Amino acid sequence: MSGSRSNICLKLSMKTKETTQFQDLESLLTAQFEQHSERIAEGDTPAMKSLRMKHFEAFKAVGFPDSSHEKWRFTDIESALNQDFCHELSASRSDRNIEELFRCEVHNFRSEIISVLNGWYHSENGPLFTNEDGVIYGSVKAAKIAYPELFDARYGHLAHGTANSFVNLNTAMVQDGVFIYVPKGVEASRTLQIIKMIDRDENVFVQNRQLIILEEGSKLSLMHCDDSINHHTSLVNTVTEVFVGKNAHFELYKLQNLNDASGLINNTFISQEAGSNVRTNTLTFNCGMIRNNIEVALNGPGAHADVLGLYLMDKQQHVDNQIRILHNAAHCTSNELFKGILDDEATAVFNGYIYVKRDAQKTNAYQNNKNILLKPTARINTMPFLEIYADDVKCSHGATIGQLDQEAMFYLRSRGISQSNARLLLMYAFAADVINMINIEGLKSRIDDMVKKRLRGELSVCEKCVLHCGTPEKEYHFDIDLSKL
Amino acid sequence: MLLNIKNLHVEIDGKEIIKGLNLGVNQGEVHAIMGPNGTGKSTLAAAITGREGYEITAGEIWFKGTNIVDMEPDERANLGIFLSFQYPVEIPGVSMTNFMRTAINAKREYQGLPPVPAGEFLKMMEEKKNLVEIHSKLTNRSVNEGFSGGEKKRNEIFQMAMLEPSLAILDETDSGLDIDALKVVAKGVNQLKSGENAFVIITHYQRLLDYIVPDFVHVLFDGKIVKTGGKNLALELEAKGYEWIKEQHLFEA
Repeated sequence: MSGSRSNICLKLSMKTKETTQFQDLESLLTAQFEQHSERIAEGDTPAMKSLRMKHFEAFKAVGFPDSSHEKWRFTDIESALNQDFCHELSASRSDRNIEELFRCEVHNFRSEIISVLNGWYHSENGPLFTNEDGVIYGSVKAAKIAYPELFDARYGHLAHGTANSFVNLNTAMVQDGVFIYVPKGVEASRTLQIIKMIDRDENVFVQNRQLIILEEGSKLSLMHCDDSINHHTSLVNTVTEVFVGKNAHFELYKLQNLNDASGLINNTFISQEAGSNVRTNTLTFNCGMIRNNIEVALNGPGAHADVLGLYLMDKQQHVDNQIRILHNAAHCTSNELFKGILDDEATAVFNGYIYVKRDAQKTNAYQNNKNILLKPTARINTMPFLEIYADDVKCSHGATIGQLDQEAMFYLRSRGISQSNARLLLMYAFAADVINMINIEGLKSRIDDMVKKRLRGELSVCEKCVLHCGTPEKEYHFDIDLSKL
Repeated sequence: MLLNIKNLHVEIDGKEIIKGLNLGVNQGEVHAIMGPNGTGKSTLAAAITGREGYEITAGEIWFKGTNIVDMEPDERANLGIFLSFQYPVEIPGVSMTNFMRTAINAKREYQGLPPVPAGEFLKMMEEKKNLVEIHSKLTNRSVNEGFSGGEKKRNEIFQMAMLEPSLAILDETDSGLDIDALKVVAKGVNQLKSGENAFVIITHYQRLLDYIVPDFVHVLFDGKIVKTGGKNLALELEAKGYEWIKEQHLFEA
């Protein structure tokens, strides 16, 4: 592994009087790019190189957003950026045993693990690998050299930047990430699990990229975990592009579980061809600041998308879900459901945009955002936004903000159930319809377990591995393991 | 005495609803509380079970030798008080099985017992379901969600059978029930009746009392019990209405 001479670390002492710190961050990143652009672009196709340049220029021109930006009104991105950060141009060593770090036995859930450490692909199967089912996966670094035509045809085609600073920055500076290719007709029998771990003894700012392609008639379920295991601040800026071919079937479970000091900016772009079926479930358990930009474009007739999310935040955590569903073709359906429980001074934003193109007749789009605020100090800003240019469509939206049902509380307590257990039961019940949309049994029970732990105020982790995501202590016969309540 | 209510006064939002009520219930007894609407019948049930918003401004409620007026609702339940709700609450997302298991284990914990083993619990569910002729499909669903009026009331009796309270208060259990459902509910109650427990049946009409025969009938009027008699008092009320009670009470006052 090469040294870290090209890694820049931005310290508070570098802050000048005239500029705010994140302007320093901007200029330092810009300088880093200009100085090391050849190294950053190593292995790029010419098309990728020019894409990089285009996005670099856009980032240089616009920089980071601040709270005056309409899309960032309710999310304090400035605080997340006003930190000391290291921005690595080469993979850093970890003192920990890598295999131990990512070893993750989940009861009744066989997954194939793709590990990413501090943004760098790391797998014992080598940089590119074809598994038993015929699914090809590996590092973006290796894949762009092995499949230049594929990259030219897809990479950067969904993640249109320029208006999105973080996509600009990512496309300009990203060096690694995960590539997954599911050939025509291939049905992956096992869930692939990307585990992204942040483990540095310094604060890091990480750019990370995923390119996922499902060819016609293929099938893949993917779990994407963002975790941190120490208490240093990290800011992860990730861009994921997913191409879902004709009649292909894709499930994406995102688990967001970082420490309170950390930030995550998740940009996910999915395009769907005719007859395809997509389900995304974004499960936000813990993080200082999370921004999820999720865009699903239904580009062929008969495509269906379920876009789901659950967020359980407390303390001063913040989650911002910006969801865009684009009905670009006729006869498509989408179902959007985001539910959240906010405690303490936690804040959340939900912005649900549905676009129906002029000829997208017979569209059926449903959107719902439901929130429970446990304390008067918790806050949610929820905004539906529908833009419809076709006349034969069904679109509905709803948003609710409430407290736990007091009638239900008394009913439970009148049966001898304590106040705290009654609260748990009702909160869990509220979350259940998102959890029940998880199709993989083993995964469902794990998520179930994590939600219960989260609601009990324990971290959503277990004790077995470093990742602590292991086996439930025993089989569950009932919805809740009551001995744990 | 199992339940002994002395000079009870209850307010809701500063308005006095129960105005000095006395009631004594022994083990093995069935008491019916009747009276016109708005006289405090449901308020009495709420005060005994500890519902929030019902302020006890004076008086005592003794249950098993303890004055329970300051106890939390769940503690009263674990001590052996059960309320069959007039309007059972739908709780989407909480399965009947999980709900009952949580409740049973709460009671066992209160009694210093370990949680009920899964097998034993399921066996118990099966037995009690048969008692009130409740279908398995109902217990597999969320609590009361999508249940018909009759199913909800039968579900109340099912929960009562599971929790085996010493004192069961049935608040207008007959309202919204057709005669067949009424018979099923009454049959369930009669099978659960023993020398150890007691029932307080709050009802507007006499017809439930055809099937669950009371030892005492009390007439509640203007926040007080104004008349007490045997089961024939219920028949008399059915025949004559409540007017004569009102007149008599107002006359005496």
